[in-house]
Amino acid sequence: MVNPLAWQLAELRAIRDETPETKSFTFDLPSWMPHLAGQHYDIRLTADDGYEAERSYSVASPPERIGEIELTVERIDDGEVSPFLHDVARVGDRIELRGPIGGYFVWRASEGGPLLLVAGGSGIVPLMAMLRHRNAAGSTVPTVLVYSSRTRELMIYADELDDLVAGGDGLTVVQTLTRSQPPGWSGYTRRIDRDLLAEVLPRVGEHARAYVCGPTLLVEAAADALVGLGLVSSQVRTERFGPTGR
Amino acid sequence: MAGRFVTRGFMGRRGAGAEADRIPPGQYVTRDFPVLSAGPTPHTPPDRWSFRIDGAVAAPVSWTWDQFLALPARDFTVDISCVTKWTKLDTHWTGVSVDELFGAVELGREAAYLVAWSDGGYTTNLPIADVVNGQAFVAYRYDGSPLEPAHGGPARLVVPHLYFWKSAKWIRGIQITDRDEPGFWETLGYHNRGDPWKEERYSGD
Amino acid sequence: MDVPMAELDRALILDGNAVAGMLLDAFGSEMTAAEARCDHCGSIGFLATLIAYTRAPGIVLRCRICQEVVLRMVETPTALLVDARGATYVGHPRAL
Repeated sequence: MVNPLAWQLAELRAIRDETPETKSFTFDLPSWMPHLAGQHYDIRLTADDGYEAERSYSVASPPERIGEIELTVERIDDGEVSPFLHDVARVGDRIELRGPIGGYFVWRASEGGPLLLVAGGSGIVPLMAMLRHRNAAGSTVPTVLVYSSRTRELMIYADELDDLVAGGDGLTVVQTLTRSQPPGWSGYTRRIDRDLLAEVLPRVGEHARAYVCGPTLLVEAAADALVGLGLVSSQVRTERFGPTGR
Repeated sequence: MAGRFVTRGFMGRRGAGAEADRIPPGQYVTRDFPVLSAGPTPHTPPDRWSFRIDGAVAAPVSWTWDQFLALPARDFTVDISCVTKWTKLDTHWTGVSVDELFGAVELGREAAYLVAWSDGGYTTNLPIADVVNGQAFVAYRYDGSPLEPAHGGPARLVVPHLYFWKSAKWIRGIQITDRDEPGFWETLGYHNRGDPWKEERYSGD
Repeated sequence: MDVPMAELDRALILDGNAVAGMLLDAFGSEMTAAEARCDHCGSIGFLATLIAYTRAPGIVLRCRICQEVVLRMVETPTALLVDARGATYVGHPRAL
């Protein structure tokens, strides 16, 4: 039985560019255990003088992907760990990880739906794990993802989300691009607010299980709005990533 | 402690070479001014602010904001060190020396310590010996401007020779005591005195 | 900065999810889905939803309703200290 408290030495197997600001890192874990979609791992970096930095990153891959995990990380300019991962880490490096961690902001396909997923920026990562798990588990529960990004280029997993929607298994993705939009854009262009959520909610109804993740202000505005629209507060699960989304 | 795995290529934060002898052990120099807080930022308006000294004194004394600003004040330039390892050199403040404030009260014969207390409930303890003779002041301007709430405004204690958790933000008073009464962080593992040059971060250090 | 100062304050604030690893260390099991009763105001909620102040010498978790301290945690080189006096109780739902 793996102890999620224990640090393990993971090997970085692959690095993939997702957007100009985010990369996905695949780690091979000596003691992998199936996680729940929504959980995260902690990464610890240690310099030779003993200086340590530790950060948490949501797992992007579903538990069905056995033996390895993928973390999608946004590069924060004055961060300590994300610049290291983006600028210094290379395939073959060994990095200390521990997990999986979390039990509140998680979803198992066996719990059913409908699902309302609300993401801002890199808050999409744990929700993507949920969507990938939903897909791998063959779930068809009605699901709406409301996803706010600044631009289409900064939207993570854009192609994969298009593919999931095209699969026709009950997933709808509603995008809002808040800073600039491609020519011909007919979707939302404003921050997620109560009116936007009110327009989307009928697709899943007020008995939906909601998961909201991203910058703190977005999460609080969306969660408050959903409760105001009739969702029971215990059905609205939140994870705040700080000002920029971690 | 067992040998720790060292991550290839991770440098952490490195201090500047030229200033090395001004940086206490285990610290790195920062050019910005990190905001650390244990709770929501209070926003006390001047007309509701007061500063009080009470406890083991002959008679308590308090100042309104206007009265406080009328006290003799001076500019201070000091280096500050936070227990979370950043050090900031040459920070510029304006405020009232604690010596000036103590001049308005008569300390009891048993008086040896103080508890600095703040809006929002924060407390920290200090020996009186660490705040007199020019070692501490209550500042209300930073870098030429009124001290912002995020950095402890309207006024904060500044005790530069100790770790910065002793420099209570949003200070509203000093209670003089005859016994040492550990404050918010001192009761949860942090060192009672906090001298950065002796690396007194945690109790037992 | 185009964000008002008070908003910037709120923007920096995280929730109990952010300290899930430390809670796991402190209590020995997953705690974000555990409930706590705030000893100051009596409100009950998941630890995940407590307001987390993480940029401090230690971690402070506050009640979302009354802002008072529910839990404090400090990691020293030799121990992880937990002050849970702000919680009347902390509890896990039992598997039925």
